[in-house]
Amino acid sequence: MQAVDGISFAVREGEVFSLLGPNGAGKTTTIEILEGLRKQDDGTVRVLGTDPWTDGYALHKKIGVIPQGFKFFEYPTPREAVKYYAALFGVKADVEGILAKVLLQDSAEVYFTRLSGGQKQKVGLALSLVNDPQLLFLDEPTTGLDPQARRAVWEVIRGLKKEGRTVLLTTHYLEEAEELADRVAIMNKGKIITSGTPAEIITNHSSGERLLVHGSERLAKYLEKSAKLPVEFDGKDLISLSLHRKEDVMAAVAAIQQSGLEWDDLRTKRDSLEDIFVKLVGEPMEELEAKA
Amino acid sequence: MNARRVVADFGVFSRGYIRSRIGAFFALVFPVILILIFGAIFSGGSSGPVSAYVQNQDGSQVSNSFVSALNSTNTIRLHAVDTSQNFTSYLLSHSASDGIVIPSGFSSAFVSGKPVNVTVYGNPASTTSAIVSGITRGVVNQFNLKRAGGSQVIGVEPQNVKSQSLKYIDFLVPGLVGFSVLTSPMFALVNISSQYKRDKIFKQLSLTPLTKSEWLVSKIFFYIVLTIISFFLMTLVGVFAFGAHISLTPWIIPFLVVGPLLFVSLGMLVGTGSKSVESSAVVGNLVTFPMMFLSGTFFPVSTMPAYLQSFAHVLPLFYVIDGLNNVMTYGNYGAALIDLGVLLVLSAIIFGLAVRFFKWRED
Repeated sequence: MQAVDGISFAVREGEVFSLLGPNGAGKTTTIEILEGLRKQDDGTVRVLGTDPWTDGYALHKKIGVIPQGFKFFEYPTPREAVKYYAALFGVKADVEGILAKVLLQDSAEVYFTRLSGGQKQKVGLALSLVNDPQLLFLDEPTTGLDPQARRAVWEVIRGLKKEGRTVLLTTHYLEEAEELADRVAIMNKGKIITSGTPAEIITNHSSGERLLVHGSERLAKYLEKSAKLPVEFDGKDLISLSLHRKEDVMAAVAAIQQSGLEWDDLRTKRDSLEDIFVKLVGEPMEELEAKA
Repeated sequence: MNARRVVADFGVFSRGYIRSRIGAFFALVFPVILILIFGAIFSGGSSGPVSAYVQNQDGSQVSNSFVSALNSTNTIRLHAVDTSQNFTSYLLSHSASDGIVIPSGFSSAFVSGKPVNVTVYGNPASTTSAIVSGITRGVVNQFNLKRAGGSQVIGVEPQNVKSQSLKYIDFLVPGLVGFSVLTSPMFALVNISSQYKRDKIFKQLSLTPLTKSEWLVSKIFFYIVLTIISFFLMTLVGVFAFGAHISLTPWIIPFLVVGPLLFVSLGMLVGTGSKSVESSAVVGNLVTFPMMFLSGTFFPVSTMPAYLQSFAHVLPLFYVIDGLNNVMTYGNYGAALIDLGVLLVLSAIIFGLAVRFFKWRED
């Protein structure tokens, strides 16, 4: 069983690049290969110009990492943890500056084990910053956090980008990729299905604008004949017409009027990243999450 | 090997250890409790007279003086049972096995010279029964001697081989020092290494310049310090509470250094070799418990059956405890040197294996 199979992508300096995909898509395997924690069976991997597996020890001094589900020793405080890392890396770290950057000043003296999930994640962020890395790997940094804590971590990540650092972020939250990433690669079953900026992905995979209307199957059939547009019926009461040109919307509305049948809740809709995701991965995000 | 990183890791680990309190309890308080308990059980002077039941079916002056002769030995304390009771069912209903029945006609037989038997009930497996039976025979002989009108010619005078005899506590202190040399690093490292693996903390550490040998060496240093502290605590309690005779020689130090080195490495090996935290605890116990009881911690190996003695000689802890006994109690440094040699070879092998099989990252 291959967790990752024949993927290829490049991350540009200074951007936030997101690997987006459901659980089990191969994101963590990919990121661990990039960090030098795993060896790839085949292919070439270069991180900052080095092979992460063979030159891992040298590479680790230049990168910052938060593994998925970051955990640490139970009893250091965040301040002690940062000092410990500074000693390990042999650097004079700005301990208070780092704690401030990850919004942890208020909990700097609380034992790690007593911190909330979001604060623990911030300790992970703080540790990944000790060696002042230009490249950061954040593996699902907000998984399991409540919305407020998630937004706080987002703030920190935006700050890192502002400082010109490059961030490779994996996530299975679409919202997170849309909020933070300059470019996204959607992964599923070990392969990259598509990549680009969120806008590019929408343009490339979108079926364009659609007109949605609630009505019966009779209405759907009538519209298919008279409006000469591709019509989809969901089997219950939602009719969806694909619009190729601006004028199509007029024709569709006219046809609905002419049918003399019951209709309701007329609106147009453009695909979001989520719609594309559902189309490409085949299942809605929530179902994938529920399965995991 | 970078000293700054070892020191930093030592600092974080020892602070965490003190803060968690549970570890500190097992390392420092628990051995002291053990020494207090075992010291009290085995060294607290005589255990007092053995209790036994007596039914005097004769009730004469002679039989009464027989009972008081038994009592005056101060070795057994007799509880009288009324003659209306069935003696054996009385013993059973009191969960007792030791008893003496003086038959009716005891007095007239004593006077007339007709043979009569005092019945002694007992359990052949119990040491108290042997005492009751022995004491009764002694008193019976006294009475026979008195009736024959003779006097005691041959006596017994007890004497010790050394002016200062070895007591159980002298042996218990090195044994329990060995116990804590084994248990505190083993249990901690088995648990830590499997837990860190599960929580990916080793992976996290592998992303820093800290090497796995540095990590292991910092743990070894920590457990050496802890062992030395607990050694002094136990020795103090042994000497001041129970009057143990212990020679504090520099020869003790190598054992307090090599012991933790060995068992930190062994714990690491067991912990990293296991698939889960649960299975590592099982394997850890399988390795630890036989060593804990069969290496001479609570009782000398020489009191065990021959096949268990040969088994003890393959347990690493045996050489720690044998060595500590040799230097602390017997002053036999030649034998201690052999123990130390065996330990050094074992430690080198196990440390090597632990570093070899302990994985920071996946392959």
